[in-house]
Amino acid sequence: MSAPLSRGSTLVKGWSPGFLVKLVLMAIVDALGVFAILAAWGEESYGILAAMLALLVVANWAYFSKRALPLKYILPGLAFLLVFQVYVVAYTGYVAFTNYGDGHNSTKEHAVAALLAQNERRVEGSPASPLTVVAQGDALGFAIVSDDGDVLAGTAEQPLEEVDDAGVDGDRATDVPGYEVLDRASVLERQQEVTALRVPVSDDPNDGSLRTQDARTGYVFLPSLVYDEAADTLTDTVSGTVYTPDDNGLFEAEDGTTLPVGWRVVVGFENFLTAFGDDRYATPFLKILIWTFAFAVLSVGTTFLLGLFLAITFNDVRLRGRKIYRTLLILPYAIPGFLAALLWSGLLNKSFGFINQVLLGGAAIPWLTDPWLAKLAVLGVNLWLGFPYMFLICTGALQSLPGDVLEAAKIDGAGRWRTWRSITLPLLLVSTAPLLISSFAFNFNNFTLIYMLTNGGPRFTDASVPLGHTDILISMVYSISGIDGSAPKNYGLASALSIVIFLIVATISALAFRRTRSLEEIA
Amino acid sequence: MTDVTTARRGRTTRAARPASAPRMSRAVWMRELGWRHLVGVVGVVYAGFPLVYVLSASLSDGGTLTGSNRLFADVSTANYEALGDTYFWTWMLNTLQVAIATSVGTVLMGAAAAYAFSRFRFRGRRAGLTSLLIIQMFPQMLAFVAIFLLLVGLGNVVPELGLNSKLGLICVYLGGALGVNTFLMYGFFNTVPKELDEAAKIDGATHSQIYWTIILRLVSPILAVVGLLSFISTFGEFIIARVLLQSESNWTLAVGLYGWVSSLLEANWGLFAAGAVLSAIPVLALFLFLQKYIVGGLTAGSVKG
Repeated sequence: MSAPLSRGSTLVKGWSPGFLVKLVLMAIVDALGVFAILAAWGEESYGILAAMLALLVVANWAYFSKRALPLKYILPGLAFLLVFQVYVVAYTGYVAFTNYGDGHNSTKEHAVAALLAQNERRVEGSPASPLTVVAQGDALGFAIVSDDGDVLAGTAEQPLEEVDDAGVDGDRATDVPGYEVLDRASVLERQQEVTALRVPVSDDPNDGSLRTQDARTGYVFLPSLVYDEAADTLTDTVSGTVYTPDDNGLFEAEDGTTLPVGWRVVVGFENFLTAFGDDRYATPFLKILIWTFAFAVLSVGTTFLLGLFLAITFNDVRLRGRKIYRTLLILPYAIPGFLAALLWSGLLNKSFGFINQVLLGGAAIPWLTDPWLAKLAVLGVNLWLGFPYMFLICTGALQSLPGDVLEAAKIDGAGRWRTWRSITLPLLLVSTAPLLISSFAFNFNNFTLIYMLTNGGPRFTDASVPLGHTDILISMVYSISGIDGSAPKNYGLASALSIVIFLIVATISALAFRRTRSLEEIA
Repeated sequence: MTDVTTARRGRTTRAARPASAPRMSRAVWMRELGWRHLVGVVGVVYAGFPLVYVLSASLSDGGTLTGSNRLFADVSTANYEALGDTYFWTWMLNTLQVAIATSVGTVLMGAAAAYAFSRFRFRGRRAGLTSLLIIQMFPQMLAFVAIFLLLVGLGNVVPELGLNSKLGLICVYLGGALGVNTFLMYGFFNTVPKELDEAAKIDGATHSQIYWTIILRLVSPILAVVGLLSFISTFGEFIIARVLLQSESNWTLAVGLYGWVSSLLEANWGLFAAGAVLSAIPVLALFLFLQKYIVGGLTAGSVKG
């Protein structure tokens, strides 16, 4: 914030309109940045705070220093790149080596709090205090009167604290400033929420929480587990079992039983070992890996061949209506891919789809539900989607072939086939090879098509994880991550698989690009 | 006769007009051109029938998958009217907002970076270009888990950038802007002669004046290509939008239409068909009007995303 002002005083050149624009923009950026930093401070997110601070300092330096000319132009894109691409990739790498997922969602501190909260029970003979149900915005809360007559109120997020100037009728709070006292009808309406609500007694989870069964009387529930911070152990007050933290981010008793909530820890290569070694994942993984390669290679191959064939067909100047043919042929490419995949999922529907009902006269061919037919259907739809692209680039490549070389071949007496094989095709491959590699990489991760057309189905019958015959690696990652709630979350394994995909695609691209470079040298 | 046709078949005589060719016999015409028309017709039917079908389905009265099988059996706008009772137009607006903001941001940031790499010589320039080349090999969507977790964290601090926010989604898309497009633009910027900048500099123009008033005008074709490709790929992006946008009123078309088809394919079919026709129109129109640019952009190395 102070940077623009101090720069203003040492200003030499005068206030050109450009400078004013810069000043206003930077003032806005700085204001937003400072706001975010304060918010991060409030939330105790020190990582975000540090990153925001660094970005802000660099931005002010870049735009108010004379020595940072290139950075002025690169910085906006670079900032987004660093946060949403580089950091995210690095974070994927980190998560791949942790057990982040269901049961290991957060830090140890949160795990302890959750365990204490889950294992609470009403203390025998604990006093029953009259309780009032209150609300703060959408959040429900409880208010009670303490032994010395003060009113205490809180919500699930906010532990009980004293409220000043509250109205008390007998031993029941009737008016709580900052909260709205709910009447009987609204309490009945939200009965389930009320009985499920637990309001922590204090910041220390060991103190337990206030709960109610009838919305009129509150009881203090105490955890049956006690956390000993010094020894870092949890003790069950009923059975006396002592749980100590183990290497997997769980509290473990001596007999090996563990408590259900853990925290995330670095587990080394365990996720990679699971992907390749654990039968539940390794068997489908291998099948899916093979299919992913087959799908990507065949997709590129079929679309390229059809596109090339069409390009050759229409590369004749005498053909009338070439332009019209071309425009109509590239229509599938101009349709957003997700629409095409969804459209085809309807066309190929077994019972009602157009293909079965009309084109095949009422056949009931399970296009999307038979393992092999589904693979064929996926390839067929991708051919429809992808051939116009290949048609476009092949047409472009054919038209830019050097005429003199072809003429020279003709003078040397080369026939049609010979010219095609020895000159046209190699030249064509050189100019399209990089695009074929990109196309391979794109199809290797063609999530939209698979997810929308078959959703990976039909399911493997012999696998315990929700994966299927047309799943490719990226859709397998999506299923395993459990991010849409259809399966238990396993961010660690999903990230590990992302890394594997990246390594495969990067290796192939690198090898292929090197090879095409040698191709170019020959040509 | 045969000599003439062989010479023509070699693609060296592009200047020759078909009109000037001597009339061919029917058999020769069939062998030389007729089959091409045949292939063309078959190809157009193959490419076009799903599109004709979806148009017919969108106009059918019943709105079910079964009812859509008789092409143009009845023509009504019932499905289009029914879209008004759904979130469709909200999704359309969301998608256009996100796609336009992303493509404008991508063009601005990509062009600025390409300008710096092309015109300035600074420490770390080569390293920067190489790192961009490596970073762009990692598709952003592979990291969707990490993106999700990052936005959960950001949302705790600034809710406007967190989950379920279009602004957050745009920021994520912009993160991929530099990696994919800088090279495409960098090559094009290099073809603009440096002497132009130098002349302007001598005349007293500042670097920002050179950039905004000279360079950007000269490279406008590549700006159109990048903006267009970015618009189209954002328009159809699914996985990140699906992971990040949670409430129905914030969805994009890809997420919303998928929801219709995946939940009740048979019953929602007419609705989907009408939605599909309407959502294909912006992209289709852009594509056909700017075909020339796109073809150029494609051969310069970008892929539909």
